Amino acid sequence: MVATRTKRVIRLEPTDVFIYIIGALIVFVVVVGSIATLSQGKYSINAWVDLFVFGVTLGSIYSLIALGYTMVYGILRMINFAHSEVFMSGPFTAYFLAEAFSRSGFLNQSPVIALILIFALSMGTSVLVAVLIERIAYRPLRNAPRLVPLITAIGASFFVQYMFRGLYGTNIKVYPEIEALKGQITLGAFRVSYIQILVIVAAAAMMLGLHLFVQKTRTGKAMRAVAEDRSTAALMGINVDNIIVTTFILGGALAGAAGVLYALVFTQVHFFMGFIPGIKAFTAAVLGGIGNIPGAMLGGLFLGVIESLGPMLFLDGLGITAPYQLKDAIAFSLLVLVLIFRPTGILGERIREKKA
Amino acid sequence: MLELRDVHSYYGHIHALKGISLSVEKGEIVTLIGANGAGKTTTLRTISGLLHPRHGSIWLDGERLDGLPPDIIVRKGVGQSPEGRQIFPRLTVMENLEMGAYTRNDKEGIRRDLEHVFGLFPRLAERRNQPGGTLSGGEQQMLAIGRALMCRPRVLLLDEPSMGLAPLLVETIFNIIRELNREGTTILLVEQNAAKALAVAHRGYVIETGHIVLSDNAANLRQNDLVRKAYLGET
Ligand SMILES: Nc1ncnc2c1ncn2[C@@H]1O[C@H](COP(=O)(O)OP(=O)(O)OP(=O)(O)O)[C@@H](O)[C@H]1O
Ligand SMILES: [Mg+2]
Repeated sequence: MVATRTKRVIRLEPTDVFIYIIGALIVFVVVVGSIATLSQGKYSINAWVDLFVFGVTLGSIYSLIALGYTMVYGILRMINFAHSEVFMSGPFTAYFLAEAFSRSGFLNQSPVIALILIFALSMGTSVLVAVLIERIAYRPLRNAPRLVPLITAIGASFFVQYMFRGLYGTNIKVYPEIEALKGQITLGAFRVSYIQILVIVAAAAMMLGLHLFVQKTRTGKAMRAVAEDRSTAALMGINVDNIIVTTFILGGALAGAAGVLYALVFTQVHFFMGFIPGIKAFTAAVLGGIGNIPGAMLGGLFLGVIESLGPMLFLDGLGITAPYQLKDAIAFSLLVLVLIFRPTGILGERIREKKA
Repeated sequence: MLELRDVHSYYGHIHALKGISLSVEKGEIVTLIGANGAGKTTTLRTISGLLHPRHGSIWLDGERLDGLPPDIIVRKGVGQSPEGRQIFPRLTVMENLEMGAYTRNDKEGIRRDLEHVFGLFPRLAERRNQPGGTLSGGEQQMLAIGRALMCRPRVLLLDEPSMGLAPLLVETIFNIIRELNREGTTILLVEQNAAKALAVAHRGYVIETGHIVLSDNAANLRQNDLVRKAYLGET
């Protein structure tokens, strides 16, 4: 590894210099922008705390989606681009249940039961879509060159997107609001809405559950074994196909849950809703080191917070108007930067390449 | 007990096994020796179902194995310690051994077998909570063998267990192989170290470019001219 690195530096020196200049410029903008913004004192502490809490909320959702990308990558060494559609399919389907509950008044009479049912339907749908994609689009290509399933994944993504567009229509559907979730609690400078609390607590609980599952259970250990070495795992008597399906089920369930949380925060769903959060979550997964489960959790939170604080913090002080509209640009700049400077991600352990 | 009849295996168009027939009887150590690229690993991979033969059949106690997926073949009683050890580097020693016992549900039996493995390889017991990747080469080999034992195999396939080990460790590993056999384990041993392999084995086969060219009991093979020249380095 050391040898290849030296070789690369020597061969690509002019490019590297150029890249490092860009990197330095970005660091400069971030530092100067932050200092300028903070010294102007335009925003109160409360405003920053609000942004931070919102960032954590959004980040928790990214983390949940990112786990799906990272787990599938860990096991198949493949980016499941259709995962954004797995995320969309759940809450989009569950919308109709939520709407029915809302019309009948059940949603506000027993919000807990109603929410549980909405989550169940959303997660179930996402799991079904994820498993079908694996079975139909990926499994037949298990031994094909790596580019093939990647292209198939993009195809599957469009297919699912337009299938749901055909099923449920093109217009944006407004998720019904739940009265019980409308309030907020204030703790000094902290102001947290109930929805934010629900999102953060639910996401944290699911991530803890996933962590325990992967670390402690027999199936979880088998997942890790398959991720490390598929054919040796088979020699242990592990049914590799079953473990792969399990991975898609877990990723789908988390994405379906993330979808409802997303719908509660942004109160709308549509067939294209998976695209941006999908790419953001993919960014989060890369940020944390793709294939790395704790990395995806951290990467999501980090991205959410950067995206929420970044525009004001880095850009406002530089006199850029309406910086918040640049939040996506910040997220994607971050992706490009990570890919250039630290392709292995924050928790960057190198994933052992599979030997043939 | 284990029998291959005229087995042909391919990697794409490469004809790697060109009609292998061999058998291993209960309680035996049988060794398969041959040069690099002769097809030893391919033979073991085919038995374990990682590769499906295009012709021929594989039998374990009268049951046909060829065509079955690898996890079912493990359940039928074939354990393998693969070439290059292939332990799971980020799983702990303990977790590696647990994966070896993946097909089993008898907690009590698993616990006893774990004790047994730790008895054979005390070093593994000391390092049980360490990631497998941090073990030395010899310890990894012990782990690979221990892991293969954890499925309680009726036949244990060992692929070059002495590869890359210091002479003292090679000795240890071969002693363990002998001891396992004395306890009743049936073993098919693939080796490049023909001298050592023939010293522990009851019978042996010599494989060259996908063909079995010789088969005899170990004592006769040690005296055989071809074996002495090509595999024992004698003149
Ligand atoms: N994955 C593969 N794809 C294509 N050909 C392969 C593959 N693996 C092995 N071969 C070929 O099959 C033949 C037999 O290889 P095999 O690995 O069984 O040899 P071996 O006897 O185990 O050798 P060694 O002592 O080096 O381990 C060789 O010619 C090898 O090049
Ligand atoms: Mg070999």
